Amino acid sequence: MEKKISINWFKYASPKTFYPLAGKIIPWCAIGAAILIAYGLYIGLIIAPTDFQQGEGYRIIFVHVPAAWFSMFLYLIMAFYAAMGLVFNAKLSYMMATAIAPTGAMFTFVALVTGSLWGKPMWGAWWVWDARLTSELILLFLYVGYFSLQAAIDDKNRADKASAVLALVGAINVPIIYFSVKWWNTLHQGSSVSLTKAPAMAAIMLQGMMVMAIGFWLYSVAVILMRVRCEILERDSKLKMF
Amino acid sequence: MIESNQNTTSGITHLQEEKSNVAISMSAYSVLLEILKRDIRVALRRQSDVAAVFFFFIIAASLFPLGSGTDPKLLSAMAPSVLWVTALLSCMLSLSRIFASDYADGTLEQMLLSNHPTVLIVLMKILAHWVLSGLPLVLVAPLIGLQFNLSNEQLQILAISLLMGTLALSLIGSIGAALTLGIRGAGVLIAILVLPLYIPVLVFGAGAVNAVSIGMSPNGALSLLGAVLALALVFSPLASAAALRIALE
Repeated sequence: MEKKISINWFKYASPKTFYPLAGKIIPWCAIGAAILIAYGLYIGLIIAPTDFQQGEGYRIIFVHVPAAWFSMFLYLIMAFYAAMGLVFNAKLSYMMATAIAPTGAMFTFVALVTGSLWGKPMWGAWWVWDARLTSELILLFLYVGYFSLQAAIDDKNRADKASAVLALVGAINVPIIYFSVKWWNTLHQGSSVSLTKAPAMAAIMLQGMMVMAIGFWLYSVAVILMRVRCEILERDSKLKMF
Repeated sequence: MIESNQNTTSGITHLQEEKSNVAISMSAYSVLLEILKRDIRVALRRQSDVAAVFFFFIIAASLFPLGSGTDPKLLSAMAPSVLWVTALLSCMLSLSRIFASDYADGTLEQMLLSNHPTVLIVLMKILAHWVLSGLPLVLVAPLIGLQFNLSNEQLQILAISLLMGTLALSLIGSIGAALTLGIRGAGVLIAILVLPLYIPVLVFGAGAVNAVSIGMSPNGALSLLGAVLALALVFSPLASAAALRIALE
């Protein structure tokens, strides 16, 4: 007899089934994040050799670069969930988008602060109006807009949908803003990580950055899932038994 | 027998539907034009509102020399950014006008319930906003530019870049206006939502005038500004219409 294998793709799209699943995922991600970030910092601060041009100051890139990656990556993921919410009208997607925003904004802020800490010894100024720094600042503004809109609307349903539309508009604008700002001014050193040509930095540095990036990723998953669980409880009083 | 009967009746109703569709599409343009005219007429009833934005632009731009001193070189170097940022702010101040009063008295809901495409209705309302708040700025900006010691060529490019740019500002701003419809503290919120989205328009608009100042061709910046305008023309009414439907749910 032929047995039809059917997978219920939408099983975990319901908050009720997602809540316990998220609970199971969180500890693994949290432990993994702690280990990888510790290891990444060990590589970055102790193993990696001193840069002969930039001295010890360059070591901040082990936090700065992954944080900048995640600030942009999380915005796109947030926009993706916002689009999912608008297309399928799924409550959980909106909750995910809501939960991703604070973590994304935090990484944006970290990237800005570490960037300006790096800029002071390297460029001799806390702030330089270079393309990438400026677009990172604008990205922070976009996150702030998302929060403000969500906070201003009392009706949860409308707040979800309106901020989802804003997230999508922002996602379309991010590349336009980036290229307009780049065209406007470029002082930044060329991107030092590239997939097409051989990386210009030592393999150990790349390794440290990658370990940190995966650590940040696990951290993001853990924190976002925790926030989604809170959101589910806040919105659905029937699930308070968990 | 019965089947064929049904076929003919459905054929007739189909024909009738087609006929009414043709009637709608024929009147659609006049309806849209009527919306544009109506919006301008309604806004002109409250002339002080329209004039206030206009004078805000003049007053705010005139404040900068008072703060920076009157060195003609400094003024002409500042002028593109000053005039563009001031235009950005004055356009933003009037954004809530696009939908707010029609939302308050229920007209907007009726418009969206009608069988004309929401996107086009929204586009007409945006155009009406531009005619009353963007176009006056384009006309007065060269005069203000004279105060800033701009050359003739710079003034021309300033006017051209504002002509394209203010339309893009009205289009992009309408998204913010639709999203914040009927929300407390909408005025400040619009600024936070819309100003980051205005950045490309500012960069290319002021960039075109700056290019002239350093003896380069403004065509590159103007083309990019045109590209931003084209994108905004396609996507903004869609996003605004979606936001309006959410607001009116």
